[in-house]
Amino acid sequence: MIRFTDVYKAFGKKVVLDGFDLLVPEGGTLVLLGYSGSGKSVALKHIVGLLEPDAGTVEVDGKIVHDLDRDELAELRGQIGYVFQFAALLDSLKVYDNVALGLRSRGMDEDLVAERVASSLAVVGLEDAGDRYPAELSGGMRKRVGIARAIALRPRYILYDEPTTGLDPVTSSVIDELMRRTREELGVTGLVVTHDLRSAFRVADRIAMLYEGRVRQVGTVDEIRHTDDEVVRQFIEGRP
Amino acid sequence: MTDRLSAAGVAQLGFIRRTGRWAADAGRAIWMPKTWGPQVVIQMRKLGVDSIPIAVFLAIFTGIVLALLASYIFTGAVPLYFVGALVAKTIMMELGPVLTGMALAGRVGANIAAELGTMKVTEQVDALETLAVDVHAYLVVPRVVAGTLMFPVVTAMAIAVGVVSGWITSVNLLDLSSPEFFKGVRQFYQFKDVWFGLVKSASFGAAVALMGALTGLRTTGGAEGVGRATTRAVVLGCEAILVLDAFWALVLL
Repeated sequence: MIRFTDVYKAFGKKVVLDGFDLLVPEGGTLVLLGYSGSGKSVALKHIVGLLEPDAGTVEVDGKIVHDLDRDELAELRGQIGYVFQFAALLDSLKVYDNVALGLRSRGMDEDLVAERVASSLAVVGLEDAGDRYPAELSGGMRKRVGIARAIALRPRYILYDEPTTGLDPVTSSVIDELMRRTREELGVTGLVVTHDLRSAFRVADRIAMLYEGRVRQVGTVDEIRHTDDEVVRQFIEGRP
Repeated sequence: MTDRLSAAGVAQLGFIRRTGRWAADAGRAIWMPKTWGPQVVIQMRKLGVDSIPIAVFLAIFTGIVLALLASYIFTGAVPLYFVGALVAKTIMMELGPVLTGMALAGRVGANIAAELGTMKVTEQVDALETLAVDVHAYLVVPRVVAGTLMFPVVTAMAIAVGVVSGWITSVNLLDLSSPEFFKGVRQFYQFKDVWFGLVKSASFGAAVALMGALTGLRTTGGAEGVGRATTRAVVLGCEAILVLDAFWALVLL
């Protein structure tokens, strides 16, 4: 379970999270919707300790993330896969080595690494891409490698940062399908931040809307679709 | 006024805290050879071997200028074979290490800052952290080790080329024979001249790589930020070389 409690975060004078509360229960996929620049990715980075809140707490399985020491944080990160907005694959490494990176850092035996990398690339349909460099891949393939790298660790949670941004509708559907399969086959809890409504409605069990630094509404897909909240309606209908 | 002073104080404290934490992390990373070991050879080739052409180019012209300059200064006052002494001594102890260091601060320091800066702004560094890969052990230590080991190698080559270039210039453009040139070289040569230059260059290599990594990993703000970090790495690298040069002169001479 991931829980944000009254989190504040500012960069200089710009307040990004302003009393942000959110509960991500175990199992299922929660989508955090919001306008571009509303602080969705900032919220996500708090979960893996890439950012620390100015006030408030972020807990994962009851542990407050910014209170963890270096080793505890490394252990926690082993349970969380992170899919970055632009995949963030290491340019200098081949696809195989990118996926193997987290496994090797945990001292896994090289035979096991090979097995795990192969199975992770198979899940995303890129069995033959291991020898290629990220620069040789399309945007959609990079995202799929990013997902393979995240699931290679067999995490309990996967955080997706704008997984379909910049992709064509067909590739977006492929990524959505992958997120669904990852949840069903590996049983991981997903937290997706996006402003892509079509993708959100396809993958979400629950949706939360982030607005002006705090959660405006949380509900099931149907509840959000038929909301009376003016701000949420405006976002869903794409009204300026 | 008081507010501004206290804000400046807070910023200074923040800088000291960040630098201290960064240094502690980098220090801890040294004890993770499994992470940085495999990267060292790759970095030695990239930072050292690939820098040889620029160092050799610089050394050739330094040797030529030094020989001509020495001849100009000595004419009528000092025996001409002192040209050999001046060329060898100056290149071994000062110009070889410092000029090579400066050139490599531009090439190596900028390269490290640009590479790590780009990794930072494209979230590759964040990705390493989420995968529990120690960023300092994986990115910083191998570059600093490679810089420390390879700067003396490149400098040694530059010294050899510089002296040979000065010798060829003296023989062909000045009224000096080879035996006379090497008489000057031998007369004032001490083994310390060589190791003094190489010890200095090792410290220059460590400093340049460290400045590149430090500025690279602190990059913010996209392509413009990478440009700023690169410039800053070169400036800080050159400054560090000059400060270390004075330090070693005080300590070892």
